[in-house]
Parts: sequence; C-alpha cells; structure tokens
Amino acid sequence: MQSIETWIVKINSNKRLIEKGRWVNLTFTFGIGQNDYLLEIIEGKVISTTKRTILTRSGTFKIHGEKIVWEKHWLNIPPRDYHDIFAMLAKKLIIIDGDLTPFMQNLQYFKDLIASNRQSIK
Amino acid sequence: MKSINIEFEDIIGRYLNINVDNTNYRIYVEEAGQGIPLLCLHTAGSDGRQFRHILNDQKITKNFRVIAFDLPWHGKSNPPEDYELKDYKLTTSLYKKIIMSFCENYKLNEPVIMGCSMGGRVVLHLALEQSNYFKAVIALEGSDKLEPYYDLDWLYRPDIHGGLIQSAFVSSQIAPQSPDKFRHETLWHYMQGGPGIFKGDLYFYWHDGDFDDRSGLIDTSKCPVYLLSGEYDCSCTPERTLATASRIKGAKATIIPGIGHFPMSENPELFKSYIYPILDEILK
Repeated sequence: MQSIETWIVKINSNKRLIEKGRWVNLTFTFGIGQNDYLLEIIEGKVISTTKRTILTRSGTFKIHGEKIVWEKHWLNIPPRDYHDIFAMLAKKLIIIDGDLTPFMQNLQYFKDLIASNRQSIK
Repeated sequence: MKSINIEFEDIIGRYLNINVDNTNYRIYVEEAGQGIPLLCLHTAGSDGRQFRHILNDQKITKNFRVIAFDLPWHGKSNPPEDYELKDYKLTTSLYKKIIMSFCENYKLNEPVIMGCSMGGRVVLHLALEQSNYFKAVIALEGSDKLEPYYDLDWLYRPDIHGGLIQSAFVSSQIAPQSPDKFRHETLWHYMQGGPGIFKGDLYFYWHDGDFDDRSGLIDTSKCPVYLLSGEYDCSCTPERTLATASRIKGAKATIIPGIGHFPMSENPELFKSYIYPILDEILK
C-alpha cells in the first residue's frame, strides 16, 4: 500500500479529478484500520492531511475500512466486492457515516479520489 | 455534390402506440434481423441502446429478429399525458401489461424474451404466467429477490444532480476489466435518465417485483429459463442468481467471470461468447 503522502500527490496531480471536484470544499475523515486521517479539500484539491488525534475533529463525514480492505481496493484489478466503495458498502466492508449530502452530491469524485491510490491509476 | 457512401448500421428505429389501462403510450423501438423474435428489455433507469451490440451482430440477427423498445418514461418513449401529476413508480402489474401489450401490438409470435436487471426479474414472472407464449426466457443479472443496500431518496432530490448520482451509483456495478469506452457509454445512458425514473424503476426491482415465493412454480419444460450473471455484479450478485436458479427446477445458470451488471453494454464481446451458445440451444 502506498503512503498517504504519495496518494495525495496523485490526487493533486490529476487535473480531471480536480476539475470534477471543483465544487468540493470540506474536510472528511478517511480511516484505515486504527488510523484516521483528516483530508481537507478546497475546490477539489487536497490541501492538508492530518492524522486525527483530537476525536472531536471528525470532518463532514467519515469513510472507514480495515487496512486489508483498502489494500484489496487498491489492487490494479480489485477482486469482486472490493472494486468500488459502493460494492464494499453493500458487503459491509466499509462504513460511511456523517453528513452524506456533499458526499452524494459529488459521489463519482469521491469514488475516483479514493480509487486513485491504485497503482495503475496515474 | 460529392457522392459519399453512407455506412448505415442494420438497426431500424420507429415508433408505435399502445394502450394500457386506458392510457396511451408512444413507444420507441429498434429492431434488426429476421427469424425468431428476441425481445430485449433494458435495465432500470436506462433504455434500449444497451442492446446495440446485439442488434448489430449478424451472427445473431441471421437467425433472430432482435427487438429492443424503450419503456415509457425512458429513452425516446415519452411519459404519458398527465405524467406531471404524480411521481413515477413502476409496478409489477404495469410492467407486465406494457410488455404484453407491446408483444400483441408488434404481433410477435412465440418470442424469446431477454431482460437485464429489472428486465431479468420480470422475465421470471412471465416464464410462470405466459409460459405458453414465450419460447424461452433469458434473465441477465436476474434474480427473484434482492435486499436493498442504499436509500433510494438520494436518487431524486433537488440538491443532488439526478444524472450524475444515477451514473455514480451504477458505476459500482461495472467490472474493472470492462473496456473504458463501453463503461462510459453505459454510464452515459444513466446520466440521461429523467428525474425520478431510476428511483421509480427500483420500486419494482427492490420491492414490488419480489418473486422468490413463486419462482419454484415455473415449469421449464414449457418455457426454458436461462440465467446469466456477472461476477462483479454487486446488485444481483452471483449468489443471488444461483439461489434463484436453485428454486427453478431445470433452470440453467451461468456466472460470467470479469463482467458486471450490464454485460451486453459494458463488455459486449465477452457477453456474446456466453450468449451465443444459449441462442444456439434455443434454435435447436
């Protein structure tokens, strides 16, 4: 699994992804096992990533999965049930919580942002 | 004027009018080929364009008259007059009546019917209730029951773009191996759906159309049943298809590796390698 820093570089260098997320201005929590990260997004770009240490800082919504789940999601060809966050949701492999309105308003952006950590996706 | 050779596809499109329960519906239909009628039913929230690769395949159209119509409210089939007075909701009864009225008006004799997703559900109803009429049914991504896993209200509200949310929802049901050009064509159809129509279709697919209590009554000696589902379908999963097949004595089920919920449009060549043998068997 690539580091969070490498992933963020990939997100911010993806012009089409940033363009699709140009209306997104929020912070959300992305959880990998025991570790939560707060990703602050301005106009589709991730401008800061902070390991969540203060529990009252939760972001607008949270997406959480175990490390093994994200590792499978980020394979070049993910196995069935791990290939998309909605497929993972259907199988209860991840949890999505909080104010989901901005998430749903920009659903493909968030799907692509998370999937962009796949090694094959530039 | 310079002479240009126009390369038309084999598909012919036209309109017909049907009447169901004293309501007129103007239906858009495409067809190609000759032989046994093969009536194709699109998925929830999409339209008959999903079947263009089947309509354009001469290996199929040399023996089958392939027909794909858009349900009312979908594609180029208008909603009926006064549609604005209530939200659209597809009931089992209306869905079956529209299909049977189409078949009657189109004068189809012993057609094979192939539906995908909600179309794959309704063909099971028809295998039981119209077994003397249909030559065979093919349920693509078909099962007799599903458990909903998201809230349909997200699909129809003014603060969320309907086309984008529909496309983003169903993108989870396309296999990662499917070619990008066909993935995005399949999603485009979803981006073009009318407001609330995908949600209204899912009323049938997720609730009203449940059939697990009756699927065991289907007599496959009268009307053969084929089920074909994709490995990556997270809606009608392989497990749900196989569970459905286990309730229908004589049903033939196949799981296609490396494909999702839209086999005919997301990866047509792979799909054809699985549908050819079924059509050959029906021909014999």
